Amino acid sequence: MGNILQGVGDALGLAIQLVLSGDPDLLEIVFLSLRVSLTATAFACLVGLPVGALVAIGRFRGRNGVLIVMNALMGLPPVVVGLLVYLHLSRSGPLGFLGLLYTPAAMIIAQTILIAPIVAALSRQVLEDLHMEYSEQFRSLCLTRLQTIRALLWDARYSLLTVGLAGFGRAVAEVGAVIIVGGNIDHLTRVMTTAIALETSKGDLALALALGLILLIIALGVNAAVQSVRMTAARQAYV
Amino acid sequence: MSDVGAMTIASAAGAASRPALLPLSVRDLVLRFGNTIVLDGLNLDLGATGCTMIMGFNGSGKTLFLKLLHGLMQPTAGCVSWGGLQPAEVTARQALVFQKPVLLRRSVAANLDFVLRSRGKDRARTGALLDHVGLARKADQPARLLSGGEAQRLALARALATDPEVLLLDEPTASLDPASVLAIEQIVSEARARGTRIIFVTHDMGQARRMADDIVFLHNGRVAEHSAATDFFSEPRSETARHYLNGRIVV
Repeated sequence: MGNILQGVGDALGLAIQLVLSGDPDLLEIVFLSLRVSLTATAFACLVGLPVGALVAIGRFRGRNGVLIVMNALMGLPPVVVGLLVYLHLSRSGPLGFLGLLYTPAAMIIAQTILIAPIVAALSRQVLEDLHMEYSEQFRSLCLTRLQTIRALLWDARYSLLTVGLAGFGRAVAEVGAVIIVGGNIDHLTRVMTTAIALETSKGDLALALALGLILLIIALGVNAAVQSVRMTAARQAYV
Repeated sequence: MSDVGAMTIASAAGAASRPALLPLSVRDLVLRFGNTIVLDGLNLDLGATGCTMIMGFNGSGKTLFLKLLHGLMQPTAGCVSWGGLQPAEVTARQALVFQKPVLLRRSVAANLDFVLRSRGKDRARTGALLDHVGLARKADQPARLLSGGEAQRLALARALATDPEVLLLDEPTASLDPASVLAIEQIVSEARARGTRIIFVTHDMGQARRMADDIVFLHNGRVAEHSAATDFFSEPRSETARHYLNGRIVV
């Protein structure tokens, strides 16, 4: 027991050293992680926000069913998403000719599928609440559906920032999907979470801990940034 | 059928030759929610010009009546005819100022910009409109931090930005200080002088005396009295209106 703690202590020291020295291998992994997850978040917002808005203001048959499915998809297991994307992208799959398996693009696709439902479901709730407040005024102004959606998306911008953050947080922290479709290939598809999994199983706790530290710092930093933006907006009653 | 034809020709020929919205004719209007009867066979005719004040006890259906006139709701039965057109067909030619203004989470100027842009109107008018309602100095401030009176003036500017032929006002001065009340009354009076038809819900007797040409008194879901303002205040014909003016509660 004492030995393990001693080992962890040493590893932590090494980890901090790695972070502070700006180890190139470490940075490469961090930047790829950010690139993949930020791109996936952008795509997920591109798809999820309009879907969320349409469902938020729409009154159609089967709407309740759509809501249940949207909410259920928020809990998609990453490994299942990874497996489905793998099946499509593998050489014998329908999209195998694209040659995307084990590339960052495949990881972006998997994470986009994973978090688009989160963005859609959470933004639907945010936009529906705002629409409750605005709808009568908007109908009085005879806005078109498109004008309504654009106004809602803009006026909910600070709340939607938090929605995007929830998606990004899920993407950057998941390991199941990216390890299946990315393969954790060094210098190509190795991201923070897959590297942590690998290094831990290899017993190289220093690198794993260093990456874990960075992951935590990124999570904290992004949350703090969003929170401060929201607080500034709240002071102007824009939230 | 003829209405549709008239609309098509009118829109082709431009706003000037559109069929007039007035006179307004309301026939046997019924509004019911479950067992609650809000409007119970309401009949009303309004002429082409002036300022009509709608008065009545709380819960007499004034606000809902205004929303029906504006096409925001469907009546249970009966009909509203704006010069032969359905309310929903002419919503865009009217503006409704709500009792509690709903302002966008943007600056004061951006609130007006939004309406002007969505209606395809000249956004250069923003400055003039803000000036008109005395909010020019607040243009860049967040709209939702305005005081009650300022917020209502912005809502009024937004309504005027759409160049409405009919301006519907739902107690816009409720809970405002006297100076704000007068400021709003002046803006409404100027709109009236330019030919905008005003239909104004109020509880404020002084306001009704200052502004109304005629008074519509609603009670039990019907028009209990519709008379010229001077007659209404000097010699109310209906029992309930007399009680209302005397501040008595009528069940």
